[in-house]
Order: sequence, then structure tokens, then C-alpha cells
Amino acid sequence: MAGTGEAKKEEADYKRLNSFPLIRHTDMPEEMRVETMELCVTACERFATNNESAAKMIKESMDKKFGSSWHVVIGEGFGFEVTHEVKNLLYMFFGGSLAVCVWKCS
Amino acid sequence: MDKGDGLDRGKKSKPSDQLKLTEAELKENITKVLNTHNPHAPQNIVRFNYKVRKFAAYFSCSTIFKVLLCLNKVPTSLSKSTFLASLFFDLSQATPVEDGGEVEEAEEEDRPDSVASKADKKGVKLGNFFHFTDRATQTLNNPPRQINCQTAPPPRSIFSATANQWQIYDAYCEELQKQEKQKATLLKKETDKSKKGVLVTETQSTDLTEVAKETKILERMVHQNTFDEIAQDFKYFEDPSDKFRGQEGTLLPLWTFQHEETRGLSVTALCWNSKYQDLFAVGMGSYDFCKQGRGMIVFYSLKNSSFPEYVFPTTSGVQCLDIHPQHFYLTVVGFYDGCVAVYNLKKKSLEPVCKGTPKTSLLTNPVWQVRWQNDDIDNNHNFFSVSADSRVVSWTLIKHELISTETIRLSVNGGLSNVPDDEQLVNISGGTSLDFHKQTDHLFLVGTEQGKIHKCSIHYSSKFLKTYNAHNSAVYTVKWNHFHPRVFISCSADWTVKIWDDTIKVPVFTFDLMSAIGDVAWAPYSSTIFAAVTIDGIVRVFDLSINKYEAICQQLVVAKKKTKLTHIEFNPVHPVIIVGDDQGLVSSFKLSPNLRKTPKVRSCQNSKDLSIRKNPSLK
Repeated sequence: MAGTGEAKKEEADYKRLNSFPLIRHTDMPEEMRVETMELCVTACERFATNNESAAKMIKESMDKKFGSSWHVVIGEGFGFEVTHEVKNLLYMFFGGSLAVCVWKCS
Repeated sequence: MDKGDGLDRGKKSKPSDQLKLTEAELKENITKVLNTHNPHAPQNIVRFNYKVRKFAAYFSCSTIFKVLLCLNKVPTSLSKSTFLASLFFDLSQATPVEDGGEVEEAEEEDRPDSVASKADKKGVKLGNFFHFTDRATQTLNNPPRQINCQTAPPPRSIFSATANQWQIYDAYCEELQKQEKQKATLLKKETDKSKKGVLVTETQSTDLTEVAKETKILERMVHQNTFDEIAQDFKYFEDPSDKFRGQEGTLLPLWTFQHEETRGLSVTALCWNSKYQDLFAVGMGSYDFCKQGRGMIVFYSLKNSSFPEYVFPTTSGVQCLDIHPQHFYLTVVGFYDGCVAVYNLKKKSLEPVCKGTPKTSLLTNPVWQVRWQNDDIDNNHNFFSVSADSRVVSWTLIKHELISTETIRLSVNGGLSNVPDDEQLVNISGGTSLDFHKQTDHLFLVGTEQGKIHKCSIHYSSKFLKTYNAHNSAVYTVKWNHFHPRVFISCSADWTVKIWDDTIKVPVFTFDLMSAIGDVAWAPYSSTIFAAVTIDGIVRVFDLSINKYEAICQQLVVAKKKTKLTHIEFNPVHPVIIVGDDQGLVSSFKLSPNLRKTPKVRSCQNSKDLSIRKNPSLK
């Protein structure tokens, strides 16, 4: 029990420490990237419990700003293969356990 | 008023059956209105209207038209909703029954307008066909064409990844490690930067060396623009008043050359460069025995009078300098402390190429004159110097070293070098000036402190060829004439300038200038012209072919009266002279045409004849 308690503590610490957004792969231009990242962070923090709402928020904002049509996936465990328009993909980690993938393909 | 002509005036006659009215009734104003109402015309004509298929009231339009035409008040535009409009435009649309009330109104004068204006607010305006006609035309319409285009779709690429918890965890760990490493390197860099900070700023600021040549050209352009008038004068100005002045001439002031660092130093030597005729060297030092300090060699170009081309500071005052006639970059300098040095302009260092010290350096014996000689057999540069310790020394420059060989020793009695030094001390007299013959290399003249001039030869080191008892005190300058092989000039501290023929022991001409003389120089373009400068600041130019007794130009060239002129040199090519004074200022002047008369072919002959005439006692 103590072991799992410690493990949980570590996990909580780890999550606290490593909650910074970490971009795993992107080919967006600098400005777009920064904006998108901030948007994702905002959305995930706002809808911490509901991935769907967060994704919806991100997708709608991206559609408005950068044109249709964007696709957003938020989750903790998934694999994917997508066709995206060049210079319109962002794949990042956030909050220690969340992965966000945003891409555009009309 | 009864005029009595039998007619009844003023009396109104009334017919018998006239209507009788009261006064009040008579005065009553009755308005009579003319209208077009035809009282005889029937008002209630009814006709069968086939459109409506009823019996309806029929109104003749012609009367209305006539009315309107007579009145000239056909309205230009009518509201569609009025009866009038309907009459004009579409009778089928008329509903006479409804608009019956308006007819009466229409018959009156100004009604049409008011009717129209009232109804305007409701309907659409129409133009009447008296003033407006419709015209229509159809332009050519281009036939429609279809053009299709399909843009290329934005480029797409495929991306795949897996998002797992362990992947996320690993990624974060890596990132943390990277960040720690970066922090460590940043700390190191900061410590290094604090050391290197100074160097970085320095290298950024001194990048002018890359564009040194261009900035130099730019500086000269700016200088030329600033001193544009002087440059024009230098090139083209010929004083027109010389025609009216007779034989006299003037000096036109051109640029003045002064350098900040030379304050307190006086000009002790001037020399023009033979190859670059706008370049001249100025030696700075001090003639004052008590105030000996540093010195300077400054090279100026006529193209830039505000800043020197080269500056060489020296520890001891410069007394004389000479630029090599063939190797124009070599300059030999003689110092007050007895040393000589050779400077190479091609090298960028401020140090001389080599420096030579005299053997006996017990007393400071300034080197009064140095002169280059032609390269010797081994192609080594060599020059001669004369100094106050009465030696004429020949120096040879061999591989950056100066080797001195004593050529001759000056003594009162006449150059015996066998006698040991102790006894010689009494009889020596310091040499003050030196000049080599222009045509015969081995001949040279030496002037001494005693006032004697010795003509010597390189080959004979023990004896003088000839001695002239020239002056009563020290001879400052001796110079051979550029053209005449036997004439030379000397100036001395006894305020006289003397011209000699070397075969004659007595001077040919003597000029007493009433003032201590600084320097004298022959003109390079004429054998009869020379110039002298004195401490009262006056430059005197003489032309022996014109006036043998007086100067043809005497001009005060200094601003302050106390400045003494120390040296003068003629430019080898341009009609320009430079004059140095004891304030460290070098001024340049252009010679007016009267001073530049080149001699006729036989003038050398003339001066010789004249000398015989002047001293009839001679043969």
C-alpha cells in the first residue's frame, strides 16, 4: 500500500512538474504553431475532464482562424495515421498524460 | 374747375335705364374671373365606354389640352396616380368615375401643378411626352463563354504516431534532461562572456580599416569641395594685374597646412617628393637651444590640407630631411641629438627602418643637413650628413643597417685628418649646410658656422678643393643653381644673401635683406630666380635677369607679426612654393606669372657677363 501510495505521489509530482506543453512533431510556421499550442493548452485546461468538448473548442477556433477544415484528437492512448495538408499539423503532449493531435485536411 | 368752353365736364351723365345702386354697393369690388368654362357645353355627357362596358361619363380631352397648352403650364412630370397622368399615358387605366371630382379642379389655372405635387408623394413620377420622349437602343452584347479552371489542391502528407502513456512519459523525461544540459552550458557561457565582452565591442567599432581606401578618397573629395576655390586658383588662376605691375609679381595664398600635434614645434625642414609632386615632407623640431623636446615628421599632400598623409613622431627634434629622388618612399632624417634615421613610407610602422648614431656622442651635435646620393655600386642607398661636430659623414644603408664612413672633417685651417682628435678640437668648425652639385655628383659644398664655404669632393677626403670666405657668421644654406654649373647661392646669419661663381672668390651678387634670413631656394624652372624668407615674415623673390638689386616680389605672408619664417621650397613642377614658419604652420603660395618667367636661352651667359661688369677688378 505504501508502495502504491508513493507511486501515486510520484505520479502526481510528475504530472505537476511535467505539465508544460511539449511539442512532439509539427511542421507549422512559428506564429501558427505558438497560437495553436496556446489554444490547445487553454482548451485542455478548461475542459480537463471532457476531451470531446476540448476538441470541439479547438476545432472550431482553428476553423475560424485558419480556414476549414480541421480535425482534432485528444486522448491518452491512441495510434493514428492521417493525411494532412503540408504545414498544418501539430502533435503535442500536455499535462503529463494527454496527447493532442491537430491537423487540417479538407 | 370751370373752363367755360361750353362742355359739361365733371358732370357725369347717366343713362336713364342704368341700374341704380347705393354708394356702398358702388364701391364694392367684384372680382371677375375668366375661365375656360364653357357654360353652353353640356356637363353631363354620357357615352358608352366599350372597355368598361358601361355607360360612363365622357369627358372631352381636347378642351383640357387646349387649356393646358394655352396656359404653358404643362407639367413636366406627373405622378402616375393623377388623373392627368392617366389621360396622358394610358386611357384604359383611367377611372373617370372616381376621379370625377378632379376634373373641375383641372380646369382651373394652377391646379395641374398642385394636383401633381400633392399626388407626387404617393406614386412614381412620369415625364410628359411634350418634354420627354423615350428612346431606346440595344448595345452589342458579347456572347457568353465558359472558362473552367481547377486549382492544384494544397499539398498533403501523411503522418502517423502512437499516443501512449509510456511514450508521453519518455518524452517528458528526455525534455527535462535536455533542459538541464542547456542550463549547465548557459552558466558556462555567461562566465566566458564576461571576459570576452570587451573584445567583442572593440572589433565591431574599428571596421573602417576595411574601407580605408574608400574613406580616403571620400576625404579628398570632401576636401576638394570645401576648398574648391583654392583648388581652382591653384590650377587656373593667373593674376591679371601682373601686366600692369611692371616687373613685380605677387604670391597668391593657397592652402595652409597645420596639424594639431605639432603645436609648439617649428618647421625645421621642407622637402618635396620628386615622384608625387603634391606630396611634401615637413620636419618639425625646435631651433631654440633651451627648448629641445620631441619632434615630428609630417607628410602632407596638396590634395588634403586638413590632415597629413603620414605622421611619424620622433623622440628628438628633427633638423633636416631629404626624400630620395629615385626611391621616393625613402626619407632620411637628421635629428638634433645627432642621430640619423631612414623612414620607409611603404611600411606601415611608425618606426624608422634603421637608425644611426654618431660615434662620438658626448655632446649633442645636431645634424644640420642630410642629402641622398645615388646608389653605389652594390645598389645600396647612401646619403651624406653634415653635423655640428664638423664631420661630413657618408652613410650606407646595408640590409637595414646604417654604416657610417667619415668623408671629411672640417677645420679652420683646411682639413687635416691625420692630426689626433684632441688638437683638432680647437680648430674645428661645425658644418651647417650641405649641397651636392646637380651635374657632377662628387662635388659638394659645405657651409660652416664660421661663415666659410668649402667646396669639396667625395674622392678627396683630406683636402678642400676651394674655400670661400663667405660670411661673417654662420652660413645657413648653400645651394647650387639647378642650371648653371658654376653658380651657387648662400645665406647666412649676417642678414645677407650672396650669389657666387665658384671660380671667383668674391661673391657676384650680395643682397642685404635688413632682417635675419631663414632660408633661400633656387627656382627649378629658371636659373635666375630665387626666393628668400626672413624672420619678419616676408618672402622675397628675386629675378636676376630682370632686377639685380631688388626683389621683384616682397610679400608679407604671415598673419601674426611675430612668426618667423624658417624654410622655403619650390615645387618641382607646379608654380607653387611652400613656406614653413616657427609656429609649425606650412603655407603654400602660387607664384604670379611675372615671377615665373623662364629664362631665354642665353640668360646664363648674360649673368656671367654681368658679373664681370659688376666687378671690373676681376679678369
